[in-house]
Amino acid sequence: MRTLFKFHGGVHPPGNKTQSTQQPTATAPIPAKLIVPFRQHAGEAAKPVVQVGDHVLKGQLIGEPAGFISSAIHAPTSGTITAIDMQPVAHPSGLPELCATLIPDGRDEWVERKPTDYRAQPADELRHLLRMAGIVGLGGAVFPSDIKLRPLRDHPNKDIGTLILNGAECEPWITCDDMLMRERAAEIVQGAEMLRSMLGSREVLIGIEDNKPEAIAAMRLAVADSGLPFKVVAVPTIYPGGSAKQLIRVLTGLEVPSGKLPTDIGVQCFNVATVYSAWRAVAHGEPLVSRFVTVTGNVRQPRNYEALIGTPLTDLIALGEPLPDTDGYIMGGPMMGMPLPSTSVPLVKAGNCIIAGSKKLFPPPPPTLPCIRCTRCAQACPADLQPMDLYWFSQSKNFGQAQAFSLFDCIECGACSYVCPSHIPLVQYFRFSKSEIRMREQDKLAADRARERHEYREFRIEREKQEKAERLAAKEKAAAAAKPAEPPVVATNPDAAPENTAQMKIQAAIEHAKEQAAAIKPKNTENLPPELLAEIAEIEARRARIRETAKSDVEPPKE
Amino acid sequence: MAAFFSPFISKPDTVAQIMLRVMLALLPGIAMYVWYFGPAILVSIALASVTALATEAAMLKLRNRPVAPFLQDNSALLTGWLLALSIPPLAPWWLIVVGTAFAISISKHLYGGLGNNPFNPAMIGFAVLIVSFPAQMTHWLTPHGLGQVELGFLDQLRYTFLGSLPPGVTLDAITMATPLDTLKTRLHLDESVKQIFDMPIYGRLAGQGSEMVSLGFLAGGLYLIAARIITWHVPVAYLGALFATAGLFHLADPAHYVTPLFHWFSGAAMLGAFFILTDPVTGPTTNRGKLIFAAGAGLLTYLIRAFGGFPDGIAFATLLMNICVPLIVLYTQPKVFGKKMPAGKNGGAQ
Ligand code: SF4
Ligand code: SF4
Repeated sequence: MRTLFKFHGGVHPPGNKTQSTQQPTATAPIPAKLIVPFRQHAGEAAKPVVQVGDHVLKGQLIGEPAGFISSAIHAPTSGTITAIDMQPVAHPSGLPELCATLIPDGRDEWVERKPTDYRAQPADELRHLLRMAGIVGLGGAVFPSDIKLRPLRDHPNKDIGTLILNGAECEPWITCDDMLMRERAAEIVQGAEMLRSMLGSREVLIGIEDNKPEAIAAMRLAVADSGLPFKVVAVPTIYPGGSAKQLIRVLTGLEVPSGKLPTDIGVQCFNVATVYSAWRAVAHGEPLVSRFVTVTGNVRQPRNYEALIGTPLTDLIALGEPLPDTDGYIMGGPMMGMPLPSTSVPLVKAGNCIIAGSKKLFPPPPPTLPCIRCTRCAQACPADLQPMDLYWFSQSKNFGQAQAFSLFDCIECGACSYVCPSHIPLVQYFRFSKSEIRMREQDKLAADRARERHEYREFRIEREKQEKAERLAAKEKAAAAAKPAEPPVVATNPDAAPENTAQMKIQAAIEHAKEQAAAIKPKNTENLPPELLAEIAEIEARRARIRETAKSDVEPPKE
Repeated sequence: MAAFFSPFISKPDTVAQIMLRVMLALLPGIAMYVWYFGPAILVSIALASVTALATEAAMLKLRNRPVAPFLQDNSALLTGWLLALSIPPLAPWWLIVVGTAFAISISKHLYGGLGNNPFNPAMIGFAVLIVSFPAQMTHWLTPHGLGQVELGFLDQLRYTFLGSLPPGVTLDAITMATPLDTLKTRLHLDESVKQIFDMPIYGRLAGQGSEMVSLGFLAGGLYLIAARIITWHVPVAYLGALFATAGLFHLADPAHYVTPLFHWFSGAAMLGAFFILTDPVTGPTTNRGKLIFAAGAGLLTYLIRAFGGFPDGIAFATLLMNICVPLIVLYTQPKVFGKKMPAGKNGGAQ
């Protein structure tokens, strides 16, 4: 038995997972139309490389990565591109994205697939291959996997001693990872070995919450069959035990330091579905064009589907046969998911679950009451924060204090909101405060840069003035040279020539300005590794909408 | 699906339920009260409840707040109950009405209502009464079987509302000083603890009857911990500190200082440990803070009981510690995830 560790807090919402695991995963039919966004990953959107009217094959590249943090996009089936334009997508910001519309020809004809033997390839080749296959984190963050496999920026020779596969799937209702592990365990294990060899890890831990005995058994069997020394670890079922930092803590006892990445403590973590897709991409030459997705909630046929990326959610929902009292849909889980603005949006790589909602399943919360300081939120917080204090600071717009009380260590898991007996939308306040703070810091930074430029300009004018004066003085000196009795003007300043002084002043001014800039540099948002920056960008995207609704929704209860 | 943001689910707990369960947990103690001292306490509780709700509603109206959701949160009721349980059950009706109205209006609503009051409202109510009406606050009923006369329920009612006793019965005949009070007075008269405890009003642990009421509150309190409505920190630290202080004095001079167990089961110690000091609004939010807060209250309770001018010390101990809460919370902030481990232990990351 492996010693497991605990993290503080956590909650036990009803799992509601059995509904969608009664039947094996089905392949969703090819829809009449596919909408494929060019940004389905953290970072820059892919650049379209096809044109309207082009006929494409399944797996053909239609968008190439543009920028360091970016990924490729492929045609999910064979057919014709009929439009490349802005379309609504399931994104928290509610903003439309550039999408390709593809009308399938029904033949589902693959491009030429080139299987690769990963053992015969250097790691950087494999990373390129994953990038061009559009492999991104399927646990929800959709961060490009190739970047997570790069050698460490600061210590290129440091090992990532431990590779963790995240099969915890702690959010209620979602079962797509569970079903994937039950049905494709062998390929996940192969993929894990591939990633392990790329990272040079000595140890592979596969963490699965103990409410998934079938998945645990299937994975154990696959590991045993493979003869690899991987450990499948049943971890206690607790939300948010599947959050990377919390899972790492449970499995290794280590805490990823605040503001750092798992690799800083020699650990890397991948979702099981990501590992599976990476394996398909390398060993079978199949780019990421489909994924497992759970369709559940207020439906007659809750089930998992292997569906093409780009499938309109309406089609998937129809497969589940929603009940008549369905009044909305959630993309993702009920703890961290988002309400779907419309069901015409397509399935994207991040889409793990669609939950049909009803008044009965997700009743509206009772009216909000003032905080009674009962500390249930603090007892539930996996980041050891004091949400009631953060709430107090956020509500009074005392952002400095909120930051001092570690607001930016909040992982936005929603456990605090879940337990609050006053039904205060705590996490919503925290999202709002975070984005407010980021905005203010950016404003401050911009103002400071402007000031820096202004100061520099002042000194340039000053310098020009001085130079003029010096030239004048030099001329006078030359004129006065005829009278040798008089001491030279510069002699009054023996240490530095006037010109040097001016330059030093300018230098000092620039240094000063730089120092100031450094001093006000936002503590939490600058100098972060790309993963975190991408995450921030993602959260940032929610801002517009949050701020809008914050005005009406998140105000303290009306007096 | 009315929620516009995650999480879309929440625990079914509400403030009203939490308060209601705290009130339920008071029932064993109240039952003991009725058993040993007669039903007068029920009248006080009823009076306190009505006053609490009426004052709450009036204050909400005055402050232009929605009345219904706040009236249903049960917090005013709980304040009323706690106050009723802290004062003598056989009291003129206006005593409990004045105390409750003051607790709700001044010490709760003038500070901003639910969640915003720095001082425990019930204890403020108690403090006001004991300072303003000290005489009425000493008329504690003699437990069942010990008094010369016993009042029936109707007689008790008549006293509460009309202030009249049956012919031939004096107030002294049916009331007595509390065991804590008696102890203090007698010790001043140079009697030893042993002699005093031979008096019939003392039982096994503390006062006859009142020790059973304390046991009832202890039982209810343990239920609150088991049901995760309160954490163990406050009761353990409070009773621990009270025990330790009382124990030290008792060991040093057993003839003049009673056992720590006597302190546990006398007066409002159990009520304070599980029901009063655990008030979330006026207590600290951090676990370490709770320990400090409650230990301080335990120490103060003892000092007031042993050396102060009031018979019991819970109310003033609570209020004094309430003042310290912001400071305690500030200095007991827990370490945040990712800022906890020493650099070396975490793979040398920092
Ligand atoms: S759970 Fe809600 S009521 Fe309780 S302390 Fe936290 S914010 Fe306040
Ligand atoms: S949302 Fe943030 S504050 Fe709330 S429980 Fe999760 S980490 Fe803690």
